[in-house]
Amino acid sequence: MKFILLTILAVALFSAPVTVYASGSGSSHYTYTYNEWSVPIPSPDAYRVTAFILGEHLGIGHFNNPRDLQVWGNLLYVADTNNNRIVVIEFHADGTFELVDVITHVYINGEPSPFNRPHGMFVSPWMLNYGQKWIADTENNRILHTDENWNVLTVIDRSKLELSALEDDRHFLPQKLAVDFSGRLFAQVAMVNRGLMEFDNDGYFAGYMGAPDVTINPWQRFWRSIQTREQRERGWLFVPVDYNNVTIDNEGFLFVTSSGPDVEPVRRLNAMGADVMIRNGWEDPQGDLWWGSAGHISGQSVLIDVTSLPNNTFVVFDRTRGRLFAYDNQGELLYAWGSYGHHEGAFMLPTALESMGFTLFALDATTGAITRFDLTEYGRYINEALTMYQRGLYEESYDTWQEVLRMNGNFNMAYIGVARALLRRGYYRDAMELFRMQNDNANYGRAFGFYRRQWMEEYFWMFAVALGVLIIVPPVVRKVIKVRREILES
Amino acid sequence: MTARLTRFDWYAYLRALRFSLYTMRRPLDGFWDLIHEKRGSMAAAHTILAIAVIVQIMRLVLTNFQFININMEVFSAWWVLGQMVIPIVLFSVANWCLTTLFDGKGKISHIYMGYAYAMVPQIIINAVLVPVSHVITYSEGMIHQMTTHIGTLWFVLLLLCAMKEIHEYSFSKAILTTILSLFAIGVMVFIFIMFFAVVSDGAAYFYSIAQEAVFRIRRG
Repeated sequence: MKFILLTILAVALFSAPVTVYASGSGSSHYTYTYNEWSVPIPSPDAYRVTAFILGEHLGIGHFNNPRDLQVWGNLLYVADTNNNRIVVIEFHADGTFELVDVITHVYINGEPSPFNRPHGMFVSPWMLNYGQKWIADTENNRILHTDENWNVLTVIDRSKLELSALEDDRHFLPQKLAVDFSGRLFAQVAMVNRGLMEFDNDGYFAGYMGAPDVTINPWQRFWRSIQTREQRERGWLFVPVDYNNVTIDNEGFLFVTSSGPDVEPVRRLNAMGADVMIRNGWEDPQGDLWWGSAGHISGQSVLIDVTSLPNNTFVVFDRTRGRLFAYDNQGELLYAWGSYGHHEGAFMLPTALESMGFTLFALDATTGAITRFDLTEYGRYINEALTMYQRGLYEESYDTWQEVLRMNGNFNMAYIGVARALLRRGYYRDAMELFRMQNDNANYGRAFGFYRRQWMEEYFWMFAVALGVLIIVPPVVRKVIKVRREILES
Repeated sequence: MTARLTRFDWYAYLRALRFSLYTMRRPLDGFWDLIHEKRGSMAAAHTILAIAVIVQIMRLVLTNFQFININMEVFSAWWVLGQMVIPIVLFSVANWCLTTLFDGKGKISHIYMGYAYAMVPQIIINAVLVPVSHVITYSEGMIHQMTTHIGTLWFVLLLLCAMKEIHEYSFSKAILTTILSLFAIGVMVFIFIMFFAVVSDGAAYFYSIAQEAVFRIRRG
C-alpha cells in the first residue's frame, strides 16, 4: 500500500512538470546545418517551440484542415478551411495570446455571404490599402476584397476573368494570395500552371506572371524518347509545375514556392515576374541536400511555404519531412530543424508558415495545430549579426559572430562573418585563413587581392633594387674588367 | 640463349626525353621521326607518364584552393594514378585493335609512345599553373581556366598528329579512328564492369550455397 502511494506520488510529481514544461526541450527537434563540404552537422537550436496552439485552447473547437496563416501587426489570421471560417488570434508582447474574432461570413450589399472552404487570405500592410483584406474563398470560386471591417469592396470571380484565362471546364479555385503596395493582387490558383494570376486594382484579370520555366537536359530528352508511354506517364512530368504558395516580403518582392524535380523550389520574383533570388551559396536553397528513405519517407524536400524575416533572411517549410530551413539573403543555409511526427515541434502535414518579426508560426493541417517558434539566444545572435551585415555594419558584427562561434564552433557562416569583419579592418592574412577554412574562394580571392597589393607595396623596393642592380652592375663590371685589362696590357 | 645485357644508354634516354620538346613544337615532323627515325624510346614514354602522374597529383593538391578545391579527406593518389594510367593503356589497346583493321602501321608501343609524347605540353602548362595559381586571385581565374583549356587543346591536337604520323593516315582518318577508339574504350570498360559484376554475383551465389550447406550439416 505504501509502495502504491509512493508510486502515485512520484508519478504526480514527475509527470506534472513535464506536461506543463514540455516546450523548450532541445532534444525533440533536432537542428542541423551543412558544413563547408555540404555535409550535415548538428547545430544548437536556433528556434524553440514556445507555444502549441490548438483550436480548443481558444475555446472554438478543433481546427479542421487549416490551410493558411497570415500575420498582420500582432494579429494572426488562420484560414480554418474545412470549418469555413477565419480565426483571428492576437499575440501580446509577453507571449500570451487570445482569441479576437471568428469570421464565418462577409456582407455583400448587406446580405450575409458565408465562406466555403477558404484556403488563404492576405491582409495588407501597405500604406495604400492598410488593413484591407483579401480572402481566397476557394469553393465559392471567388476572391473577396474587403475593407478593415470585413465589408466587401470587390468580388473577383469568373466574370472578372478573360475567357481565355482559364480552360472552360476548370473551376476558378484561388488558394493563396499576395498584394503588393500598388494594390496589384497575385493569386496562386489550383490547377493553373502558367504562373500566378495577376489582378489589377479593380479586380480585373491582368495576366499571368512568373511562370516557372522548366529545364530539360539532352540526356533526359534522349531517355524519354526511348521510354514507353507507360514509363513516361509514371516518370517525371516535364510540364511547368504550378506554384503552391505565394508570399510578399517587406521590400515588395514575391516569394513563391513550387514542387517539382526540375524547377527552383523557391523563388523571389520582381514586378516583372523574373527570379531575382541571390543564390551565392555552394548549394541553391532547396531544403535537404541528402536524404534517405527511412520510415517510408523518401524523396527530396517539397517546399510548400516561405516566409521572409525582417533582415531579409527567409525560412521555407518542407512538407516531406516537416522541416524548416532558414537561409540568409545570399542563399546560404543558416539552420534546419523540425521533423515528421506527432510530438511537439514536429509536423504531419505542413501547410503554412508565417513570421511575426522573428517569431515563426507553422501550421499543420492534420493535427490542426499552430506551432509557435521563438529564437533562442543562439538564433538571436545569428540574426543580430545578419541584421548588422545587412545594414553595412561589417566591423561591428565581429563581436556578435564571435559570440555565435563560442556557442557553435561548426557554424561556417559565423567564420565567414568574422572573416568579413577582419577583411574590413585590414587583417587580410587572418581573413584569408578563415575564408580558406570555409572554402569561400570568392571572398578569399578578394582578401588575397588586398594582401597581394599590401605585400607589393611593402616589398616593392626589393624589386626596384634588384632591377636597378641588374641594370647598373653589368656595365660597371664590364667597365672594370676593361680598365683592368688595359692597365695590365699597358 | 643469351640475355642481352647492355648497359642502359643514359645518353640516348635523355636525348629521347628531350625530343619530346621537339614533337611539341613540330608535331608532324616530330612524330614521324619519333617512330620511323627511332628518336623516341619506351623508357622516355614511361618517364613522361610518371611525370604526368606526379604533376597531376601536385596540381590537385598544391593548386591554390581558389581554383581547385578537393576534399583531402576523400583524396587518393592511387585514384589519380588510375585516372592517368588507365586511359593511356586502354587507348593504346583500343586504338591498336581498330587501326590494324584500318591499315594502320603503328604498333601498340608506338601508340603508347605517341600518347605519352603528346602529353608533354599539357604537363608543362599544368606544372607552371601550380605556382601561378598562388599569385592570382579568384577574379583573375579566367587566366587559369583559359590556360588549362589551351593545355588540353594542345594535347588533343598533338594526339591527332601522332595518330596521323604513326599510322600513316590522312588527317581526317586520324580523327575518325581516334573518335572510334574512344567508343571502343567505352565498350571495353562496359565489358570489364559487366564481367566483374557477373563474377562477383556468381561467387556470391556459390558462397551462399556453400554456407547453406554448412548450416544444414551443422544442424544435422
